[in-house]
Amino acid sequence: MISLRNFSYRYPSQERFALQELNLEIKAGQFCGVVGANGAGKSTLCYALSGFAPHFFRGEVQGQGLIGKLDIAKSSLGELAGEVGLVFQNAFNQISGARFTVRGEIAFGLENLGIARRQIQARVDDVLDALNLTDLASRSPYELSGGQQQRVAIASILAMRPKVLVLDEPVSQLDPHGTEEIFKIIEMISQSGETTVVLVEHKLEWLAAYADRVLVLDQGRVVMDGPARSVLASADMMKLGIGRTQYSQVAEIARKQGLVSDAGLLPVTLKQARALFR
Amino acid sequence: MRVKVDGASFVYPSGVRALDEIHLEVRSGETVAIVGENGAGKTTLVKLFNGLLRPTTGRVLVGNWDVQQYSTAQLAARVGFLFQNPDEQLFERSAEREVAFGPRNLGFSDSKITSRTRIALQLVGLLDKAQVNPYDMQPFERKLLALASTLAMETPVLVLDEPSIGQDAAGRQRIRRILAGLHKRKQTLLLISHDLDFCAQVAKRGVVMAGGRILADGPISDVFAQAKLLGQAAVSPPQLIRLAQGLKMPGAPLTPSQFVKIYSAWRSRRKRAS
Repeated sequence: MISLRNFSYRYPSQERFALQELNLEIKAGQFCGVVGANGAGKSTLCYALSGFAPHFFRGEVQGQGLIGKLDIAKSSLGELAGEVGLVFQNAFNQISGARFTVRGEIAFGLENLGIARRQIQARVDDVLDALNLTDLASRSPYELSGGQQQRVAIASILAMRPKVLVLDEPVSQLDPHGTEEIFKIIEMISQSGETTVVLVEHKLEWLAAYADRVLVLDQGRVVMDGPARSVLASADMMKLGIGRTQYSQVAEIARKQGLVSDAGLLPVTLKQARALFR
Repeated sequence: MRVKVDGASFVYPSGVRALDEIHLEVRSGETVAIVGENGAGKTTLVKLFNGLLRPTTGRVLVGNWDVQQYSTAQLAARVGFLFQNPDEQLFERSAEREVAFGPRNLGFSDSKITSRTRIALQLVGLLDKAQVNPYDMQPFERKLLALASTLAMETPVLVLDEPSIGQDAAGRQRIRRILAGLHKRKQTLLLISHDLDFCAQVAKRGVVMAGGRILADGPISDVFAQAKLLGQAAVSPPQLIRLAQGLKMPGAPLTPSQFVKIYSAWRSRRKRAS
């Protein structure tokens, strides 16, 4: 679904390419997590996959990036918007300002895609329900807490049912229960096999539990790419300034002291850690 | 400086009762983590300390000042505030001016403003970006810049709403070091965070809120070990406590080395018993 070949991108008036020679194939239905230190290029990758780079930010693209059959550099933002949905890091920036209610805000994208009115209402009701927003439907999107705005931003993208769902730290302001709800919804969507998910997240334990695959970015390059556990458990995660889950940290100390078996990868989830320490 | 909340309630104009007779005393130099789900009342509570909101009933004291008798501007000299969303507090055209704004408003001399600004920028690692416009910075840098502008005022009380949001491992460690330095200088710190692992690393005392009330208040390892109570507040314990509870291991380890120490003793006891 996503195919990048020697894909590089540079912001206008910057010398360094923010993304450098990326080669990536992400299949339909895959849940791919993206990690990296601050400034590694994670948000830029999100902008590139959704076409904001280069079509909104301008700048220069080298190589080729395909979303399905659409060439990122050659397609318009409108064409790409039919395929890719981007949930911004700062939900506040995502709110259109063109609608006065949460319901209207979520319908806004669908109206722009030219979907029939009756269908819009049904889809909006669906996501309001899925994201526990029904009680807030007639509130102004600007009168919500940070966490609530984040849910509205996610809902407005989910309603569009994009084939590629790109999320840039979508749960930063949500409490753990809210975070779990969102991850479960995203997992369900990706398991339907039709939607490809790319999700940037600093909280590694969530990616460990939900992502199929994890990419590591460092200074604009993909430096690791593989199944979530083998990437997140790697010792290189410390060197790259990303860190590791506490499950991995504690298992490493216990292994050094000979307290637990040292066969296999370090655990990255609660379940894996329990199995090791039992 | 001490902060005391004496039976304070807060009702929003819409009729929502966000705080319901809160009692809380934070001693001078203490670091307290306040946790709870979205809408529990955490941010409403801390906004009483700097006068952004006024208690509907009850009393709030910052040092010996009753907040009802002081303006937000006066309270700003005592209570520094890092907002959850840094965009709510950044408005100057360079990082340096942004950080200098607070000390200037507190009436400090030019040389003091300059030195405080430089120290604060250096602490958060943004000294080389002093001339950069905050809006050209990345979100994680804006959060650090907002933190610097709060630090530069050197207020005796600091309220930090989700300081670790959007930071990578190095950024989190930097913030931990800064908070440890503030603690050493006896500044009173109130920390709001959903990141219980982060809270466990920086605070000794934990307060759990739900529905505008305080459900628990005590040493953080005790509070975070009460799974049932955290469940009521829709909060899940830090990773290592969850692991210990999953193994039915005693204790409430907050760091990997604490965990391994308890585990090692527990393991040999189990071996002897079998």
